[in-house]
Amino acid sequence: MKEGVKMNSETKRPEDTRVIVGMSGGVDSSVTAYLLKQAGYEVIGIFMKNWDDTDESGVCTATADYDDVIRVCNQLEIPYYAVNFEKQYWDKVFTYFLDEYKAGRTPNPDVVCNKEIKFRAFLDHAMTLGADYVATGHYANVRRENGRVQLVRGKDRNKDQTYFLNQLTEQQLERVMFPLGEIDKPRVREIAKEKNLATADKKDSTGICFIGERNFKEFLSEYLPAQPGRMVTPDGEDKGGHDGLMYYTLGQRQGLGIGGSGEPWFVLDKDLENNILVVGQGFHHPRLYSNGLIAEEVNWISGEAPAEPFACTAKMRYRQEDRGVYVKPQADGRVEVVFDEPERAVTPGQSVVFYDGEVCLGGGTIDVILKD
Amino acid sequence: MKRAIYMDHAATAPVDREVAEAMQPYMTEMYGNPSSIHQFGRQTRKAVDDAKETMASAIGAGYNELIFTSGGTEADNLAVFSAAYSRRDQGKHLITTAIEHHAVLHAFNHLETQGFDVTYLKPDEYGIVSAKAVEEAITAETTLVSVMYGNNETGMIQPVLDIAEILNDRGILFHTDAVQALGTESFDLSASPIDYAAFSAHKINGPKGIGLLYVKEGAPVLPMFHGGEQEKKRRPGTENVPAIVGFAAAVAKVSAEKETRKSRYAALKEDMLQRFSASAVHYVVNGDQDRSLPHILNISFPGVNIEALLMNLDMDGLAVSSGSACTAGSVNPSHVLTAMTDDEAISHTGLRISFGLGNTNEDAAAAAEMIIRTVKRLQ
Repeated sequence: MKEGVKMNSETKRPEDTRVIVGMSGGVDSSVTAYLLKQAGYEVIGIFMKNWDDTDESGVCTATADYDDVIRVCNQLEIPYYAVNFEKQYWDKVFTYFLDEYKAGRTPNPDVVCNKEIKFRAFLDHAMTLGADYVATGHYANVRRENGRVQLVRGKDRNKDQTYFLNQLTEQQLERVMFPLGEIDKPRVREIAKEKNLATADKKDSTGICFIGERNFKEFLSEYLPAQPGRMVTPDGEDKGGHDGLMYYTLGQRQGLGIGGSGEPWFVLDKDLENNILVVGQGFHHPRLYSNGLIAEEVNWISGEAPAEPFACTAKMRYRQEDRGVYVKPQADGRVEVVFDEPERAVTPGQSVVFYDGEVCLGGGTIDVILKD
Repeated sequence: MKRAIYMDHAATAPVDREVAEAMQPYMTEMYGNPSSIHQFGRQTRKAVDDAKETMASAIGAGYNELIFTSGGTEADNLAVFSAAYSRRDQGKHLITTAIEHHAVLHAFNHLETQGFDVTYLKPDEYGIVSAKAVEEAITAETTLVSVMYGNNETGMIQPVLDIAEILNDRGILFHTDAVQALGTESFDLSASPIDYAAFSAHKINGPKGIGLLYVKEGAPVLPMFHGGEQEKKRRPGTENVPAIVGFAAAVAKVSAEKETRKSRYAALKEDMLQRFSASAVHYVVNGDQDRSLPHILNISFPGVNIEALLMNLDMDGLAVSSGSACTAGSVNPSHVLTAMTDDEAISHTGLRISFGLGNTNEDAAAAAEMIIRTVKRLQ
C-alpha cells in the first residue's frame, strides 16, 4: 500500500478496528476519512462544534461546515455525528487566548486546542464510543516501534504540523492515526478531486478558527478593551500613537503608519508597564535579535523529562526552518534554550518545539527572551 | 450489524404499505389537476373531496373546516398568524406554553418582533400546563392562546378542552397543535370549543409533506400564500393529491385501529419501564404516565453524556432521540425538560423512545437491554 494508511502493529484487522475521524468539513479531514475507509477500517465521522458564530447572511458557520461533513460521509457511506465542545473550548482555549493577549503575549490557540479539545475532550468522547483510534487530518506521523509511540514530522515539509502537536503525550498518541502524514497537500487535493468528494474545491480555512475571515483587530476589541498609547524609538523619540499593545507582534512591519525616509519600521518590543510600543528601523534591527529563551509549560512527549542538557534542533515559530539549539532543563520543569545563532523576533506566547531528526520531542511556551 | 430497531416514531413513521398502495395510482394514472374542467381533473377533485370527508368524519369536523397544508409546521403557522394578525385591533397579548413544538414556539417568537406581547406558560413538574395557569395569564388584551394537545417529547396530554372552554366564554381564539395526538386520541372538533387544530400525516404512517389545519366555522384565516382558488383561497397551490389520498388512508386506518394501537403501545411502554426498574441503572421517568400519549416515553439518565448514549445506541442499531433542537447536528438541552425542572442532571439527559406499528415485544425487550447496558457503561 504505497499511499494510504499503514497498518498498525496491533493484531486487530482493519475491519475490526473502529476509527473515529474528527471532521471539520475541510478537504484534509475528508480525505483522511476516505483513506481510512479505503484501507478497510470501520470509520465514523464526528464534527466538533467548538464555537458558535453566524455569518453575514445569518447562517451558522458551523452548520454550513457540518453540512459538508454530512455530504462527504454519505459519499463514503460512513455514519456521522456532531458533538458540542463549546463550553470546553471557551474554558480551555478561548480564555487562555484572551489571558495571553492581556499579558501582552501572542498566544497559539491551535496548540491548546489540540491539547485540550481534539486530543482530550474529543479523544475521550471517541473512547466512550468504542473507538480503537481517533484520526485527524493533521500533516504529521505517528511511529509505533518497540512498544513506544513517537510523533514524527509529516512528509510534506511545507505542511508539517508537528509544531502544533507538541503538547501531546505518548498516551494520547497511542490512540491516534494521522493518515495524511505520508502524502503532501497537492496530492490530498488530487485525491479529493479524483473521488469527487464534496469538499474537493473548498478553500482552506485561514487564520484562527474562531475568528475566521473577520478582521482580527475588530474581533479582539469585542472582548478586550484596547488601550492606545505611544510608539517610541529605543532612543526615546516619539513616533505617534499605537492602538493597543495587544494588536502588535514582535517583528511586525505592517500597520505602524510611520512615514518618512529610510528603512521600514518594525515592532521591536512591548513595554507593558508603560504601555509603550518600541519601534525601530530595519528588518535586522539588533533589538529584534536574541540568543536564547526560557520556556514554560514544557511537555516531553515520551513522558521522560531530560535530566541533562542536550543539543537538538528547534522551531520557534510554525514553518520556520529548524535552528540548532542547546536545551538546559531547569529544576522547576522549565527549560533554558540557547540558540546556536542569534534569532530574530522570537515571540513570547508562541511555542518552541524540539526535534531529534524526524522525531518531535515536545515543546513549551516561550516565556522570556534572553539577550546578551 | 443486527437488525436495526426503530423507536423514533414521534420524529416520523414509515408509510403504511396500504397507504402507499392507495397513493400509487394518483402519481402515474390519475394525475389530473383537481382544478381542471376535464375528466382528469374531476377524477382527482373527487379524490381530494373524498379524502377530506374521511378526515372530517375522523376528527368530528365539517368539510368546510379543513385546509390541507404542506405539513404540521405550516398548519401551526397558519393558525397562529391568522388569529394574531386578524385580531390585532382588539389586542396584542398572546399566550402559549414553554413546551410547544418549535413550529408554534418560533412563530410566537416572531410575533414578539412584530409588536405582540407573548406569555410563555411554564408547565408543572409533570410537564402539564393547567387551565388555571392559562386563566390567570389572560388579560383584557389577550386574543389568542395556543396549547399543544400532547407534547412531542414527553407525551404529556394537556387539558386543552378545559382551556378552550375558559377561552370560549371570553371570545379568545384557541389553537392546539395536535400533531402527536392524532394516532391515539379521539377528536370531536366541531362540537368542541377548539378554534384551530394542526395535524400531520407522517406521524401516523402517512406520507411526509402533507398536513391539515382544522379551522372552526367563523374563525379567521389570513392566507400566508397568494395564488389560485384552492382551499377557498385560504391555501392556494395545486393540491398534493397523492399525499392527500395517503393522509386520508392513514387516518382511516387509525380510526379503525385506535384502541388496539393504544393498548399495544401502553404494553410496550410498561414492559420497558419494568426492565429499567429491575436494572441497577439510575433513571427518572419524565412526566406522569397516567396522563401521557401511549407511544411516547421520556426517561433521563442522570450522569450520562446524552450525546455519547445516543451515538452508542445508534451504533448498536437502536434509533431513539433526545431534545428536539439541533445545532450543527448536536443535541442541545431539551427546552421541554428545561421548562419542567431546574435539575440539569435530568433536563440534559432525557432520552425519548417513541413506539410505532412495527415495534414488537422483542424489540422493546432488546431496546431496554441495550439502553441499560450502555447506560451502565457510561453512568
